[in-house]
Amino acid sequence: MDRRPKILLADDDPDLLDMYREILAQLPSRPEIHTAISGARVIAMLEAEPFQLLICDLKMPKMDGLQVLAIVRRKYPQLRTVALTAEPDEQFRSRAYALGVDLFWHKPGTEQETKMFLECIESLLGRETEAGFRGMQSKSLMDIIQLECISQSSSVLRITNGPLTGKIWIQAGELVDAEATDLRGEPAFQKILSWRAGNFEMLPVEPSRPRTIFKSYNALLLESAQAFDESRGGVTAEGAPQAPASPLAQLSQVEGVEFVLAMKPGPGGDRVARGLENPERTAAWARQSLDRFRALGDRLGAGPLAQIEGFGQQRHVALASQGDTDFCVGWKPSMVPDQVREMMKKVLALWAS
Amino acid sequence: MGLLSLFAKPAPTLLRLPSGSFTVDREGCVLMGTLPSSYPRGLVKDIAQQVRAAFGEAAAAQLPLTELVIHYASLKIAARELRGGAIVFLSPKAPVSPMKPS
Repeated sequence: MDRRPKILLADDDPDLLDMYREILAQLPSRPEIHTAISGARVIAMLEAEPFQLLICDLKMPKMDGLQVLAIVRRKYPQLRTVALTAEPDEQFRSRAYALGVDLFWHKPGTEQETKMFLECIESLLGRETEAGFRGMQSKSLMDIIQLECISQSSSVLRITNGPLTGKIWIQAGELVDAEATDLRGEPAFQKILSWRAGNFEMLPVEPSRPRTIFKSYNALLLESAQAFDESRGGVTAEGAPQAPASPLAQLSQVEGVEFVLAMKPGPGGDRVARGLENPERTAAWARQSLDRFRALGDRLGAGPLAQIEGFGQQRHVALASQGDTDFCVGWKPSMVPDQVREMMKKVLALWAS
Repeated sequence: MGLLSLFAKPAPTLLRLPSGSFTVDREGCVLMGTLPSSYPRGLVKDIAQQVRAAFGEAAAAQLPLTELVIHYASLKIAARELRGGAIVFLSPKAPVSPMKPS
């Protein structure tokens, strides 16, 4: 069925809104274009009906574009977002991408720029919104690697999955190396392939990268697929059923951890804890602090909240989210701040894997 | 071309992330700081209030803290508790280099 995509266009200048409306009406997908003259109006319109794409000017009074995009990215993660600006500035570009916008675009000033802008918008509208790797939606990482190898490409793929980062090096269609956390080569490649969603970027080619992987990409992809099937089926290689391991128990065994609390967002969200005498009180504090600093981040336009660390004489504590779960982890007071930061990454990585 | 030049528009301005530090007393008054004077005072007070509240609530939850570090994608806020008040350091994170596709 033919369905026109809906674009929400936000700018505080009504003349510019009219002009963009006319320009965007030329898109081949013939989108429905709605306009909003303020950040508050954007939020109200998104609450009222679904849109595929938000194009937001950065300089708007009261609530600026970065503040709007921060709220929108958190509340509507599937919505495609484009930040528009008349003044290219590295800090704003960096902050917009840190918020997770799909495109940061200098307002087109020439016919050629307008044409490129329209092509990018059309491409964004054409992307699926299903889970997958952002940057090439609807494709699994296996598809992306296969595409690179079949086309004999040379590239470096950087893949991020929450706090985890990995890289895969491809030379002339051959997998040559992989790196993920403290792994290298084939184990790193298998680890990366076990991530079911995330973001990926193409980095410049590194022809001098030493080769550590000698198997064909087909063999490695097959092994990964088998490992994935086995993990989903809950059976070992010998076919015996696997005993379900408690993920929280694993987290609490990480060096330095005193307690672990995992919570679903919201006041009534489920929670599980290990090592805490009064999880209710700690959970209430953790939720309150995460909400407080997320809201502050929106007001400051500082981007998503990554982590909160608290240091005390009795114990340290760190708060962060992984997927749809919030974590509050207590740490031994003998640990230094850098250790807490690094070990918290490990806890989140363990949970993600 | 005249039509396209309309894309450029003056004001309002976009706020840069603050860099510097300030102290806040136990009453919540911002005493002194090294933040740019152009940075809105309301936002500085907001940061001070949230930080003080977080220290207070942590103590009430029997997790007394002397230091808080809040990491955002583009900004780091570090706060040290000072007898009911706090000293707060704000540091924007360095812009990320653009990635070029191969």
